[in-house]
Amino acid sequence: MFEINTLATIFAALMGVSILLYAILDGYDLGVGILLPLEQADNSDTMIASIGPFWDANETWLVLAIGLLLIAFPVAHSYVFEALYLPTAILLISLVLRGVAFDFRAKAAFSHKPTWNKVFKAGSLLAALSQGYMLGMYVMGFESSMTAYCFSMLSAFGVAAAYSYIGACWLIMKTEGALQIQAVNWAKKAGWICFFGVLLVSIVNPLINADVYAKWFTWPVTLYILPLPLLCFILFAVSYRVLQNLPKTEDRHCWLPFCLTVIIFTLCFIGLAFSFFPYIVPGKLTIWETASAPESLSFILWGAIVVIPVIASYTAFSYRVFWGKVQELRYH
Amino acid sequence: MFETLMLSRIQFAANISFHILFPTITIALSWFLFFFKLRFDQTADPVWMRAYRFWVKIFAITFAIGVVSGITMSFQFGTNWPKFMETVGNIAGPLLGYEVLTAFFLEAGFLGIMLFGINRVSAKVHTLSTLIVAFGTTLSSFWILALNSWMQTPQGHEMRGGVAFPVDWLAIIFNPSFPYRLSHMLLASGLTAAFLIAGISAYRLLKGDDKRAPKLTLKIALSVAMVLTPLQIFVGDLHGLNTLKHQPQKIAAMEGIWHTEKSAPLLLFAIPDEKNKRNTFELAIPAMASFILTHDFNGEIKGLNEFEGNHPPVKPVFYAFRVMVGLGMLMLLLAWLARIQLWRKDKLPRWLLKILVMMSFSGWIGTLAGWYVTEIGRQPWLVTGVLTVKDAATTIAPGNVALSLSLYLLLYLVLMVAYLHTIFTMASRAIEIEEISETEQQPSLNQASINATLAQE
Repeated sequence: MFEINTLATIFAALMGVSILLYAILDGYDLGVGILLPLEQADNSDTMIASIGPFWDANETWLVLAIGLLLIAFPVAHSYVFEALYLPTAILLISLVLRGVAFDFRAKAAFSHKPTWNKVFKAGSLLAALSQGYMLGMYVMGFESSMTAYCFSMLSAFGVAAAYSYIGACWLIMKTEGALQIQAVNWAKKAGWICFFGVLLVSIVNPLINADVYAKWFTWPVTLYILPLPLLCFILFAVSYRVLQNLPKTEDRHCWLPFCLTVIIFTLCFIGLAFSFFPYIVPGKLTIWETASAPESLSFILWGAIVVIPVIASYTAFSYRVFWGKVQELRYH
Repeated sequence: MFETLMLSRIQFAANISFHILFPTITIALSWFLFFFKLRFDQTADPVWMRAYRFWVKIFAITFAIGVVSGITMSFQFGTNWPKFMETVGNIAGPLLGYEVLTAFFLEAGFLGIMLFGINRVSAKVHTLSTLIVAFGTTLSSFWILALNSWMQTPQGHEMRGGVAFPVDWLAIIFNPSFPYRLSHMLLASGLTAAFLIAGISAYRLLKGDDKRAPKLTLKIALSVAMVLTPLQIFVGDLHGLNTLKHQPQKIAAMEGIWHTEKSAPLLLFAIPDEKNKRNTFELAIPAMASFILTHDFNGEIKGLNEFEGNHPPVKPVFYAFRVMVGLGMLMLLLAWLARIQLWRKDKLPRWLLKILVMMSFSGWIGTLAGWYVTEIGRQPWLVTGVLTVKDAATTIAPGNVALSLSLYLLLYLVLMVAYLHTIFTMASRAIEIEEISETEQQPSLNQASINATLAQE
């Protein structure tokens, strides 16, 4: 039905969308975890309640993204995760810790609750840091040099800041009162760090990768692609301006920072994807070289075409059910 | 000893052993929850909501550990077994992909509504969400067992240049061992959940909980166990016959048969001696193994001598098989004894309740023992006849694997202690809750009794 190159492109796109959705969705709930104020028990409960019904489904996008890499580009999957063996192990352990802390904190004897809150915060932070580190190593082509390690460390903090940013914006949308005001402040600070992070990656990425430089600065492509980072930086400024005026009466525009952050995430992702396509391992393996057999990809593609709209519709349903300001979370 | 291959194997075994404990509970527990919720909708008797609310919390915590420990698996294929996906990725990939697409999202998508949405959606939608989560967990086991069974008894593919390519997807999914393995695993899940519910309910009764809910759940769990144990023994026997046909070396190791023989005895106990290729301290029923496996006392069973250099290590398979079967028999005995006692006297003596508490997690031991039989029994192959475990392993430095393995083991230890502690804490706390009040008893609207149970906590 489809020829192999078309299939490889479709699967690369599907994987890209999953990664982006993961970064946005688990991004906000990891961010909420990073921001968790340990000394304020009430706010912690409300913040965790705001992500309670969603985090399971959010993490499923990671499983899908990694699954698609495994299914469609198995050689790249092996290459990437052998190169990132220890950061991957740390990421997984952090995700496990924070996932179980979410449930244990609600159910363990009360005296343990502060401990599980700490585990939840530490797990969220460590998960974000290791994802950022992995992203940094990926951009650097898994080089083992001092520059690569330093860049990856910066990238780790950048991603943690980005998740805090979107997490704070989520809280502005889902909470009210003092916590909402606190969230606005968090969003402003995290926004600044995030802005510098994106700026840094935008400068470093073309400087260290000759291929990336050639891609961005070839006339007339530059003309079409350069508005992308410009728009991104403008949105940072707009978002900051919006945050300065929040909260407004009747809670108008409380959803705006979150939507702007989603667009910023999307633009950053498109920028990275454009830099590396068609490489799946920068400078080494392309999607054409690593794609699985067309008969396997077709088999799964038909399923995906049917199932993904269904997933989208019941995810939307779930968000509608829990629409509005967060209420106390109770198990039933 | 501690080279990368061995460490990778230990790490994978540790990860998957820890992971499977939790889905084994949730697959069947979700159906129990659906039943509780359905009965509540039908009768408006608040005792069903009590049962639902207590067990849905245990479900939530169990499900969460299952999800997060499962994420680990999707990374491990690449990190520790790179050649696995490179060789059979064309088959394994789509099966895993369908599991994620059709099952994982379904479960996770409706879990939020099931756990936290009862006051936000209608009773029908909530019950339907519970049903969808139950269906999702079962669908998940369908895909992953299809893949596992294909690795045991591969078909429907062809090898081109050392790589497997799919030819017939139906043949791949419905490979010879799949129907048996799927039924065996689903029943194992049913038994694990039934004994967990029975054990925790018995714990509450022992601690002086005199409410209706634990008595009701004890009765339901024992009824289910009474039906499922004989069914499981029957399916297990069929699964064994299927293995004899497709993987005779595994049967030879399970039965400890070193040399092909007619009228092979059934070994109740023995110590296999791998070096001298014989057993010591045999306790046997003559000709019984031949009878069970071939339905003929004179039937011939192939011994390990026929599979020189191509059969699994005997000891672990042999012992694990006996643990599984022994536990199955104990479950059968206990389920019938307790259920009949409950039917005649309407309550259980303390000693029987104590035994049920001890058996709370017996399903875990049985499930693990069973998986060790089938997975170690597959050695030295990863995919029978296609790829050996040795060839699939990573070349990462052993130090890195040793570090990650130590971290995982420490993590699992902490989680296990926290999990068990939390479950028993929850059971103890449930004892202190008041019995359902008179006003609640009136067949009023569902919502009123939900709110009344909420107010109690």
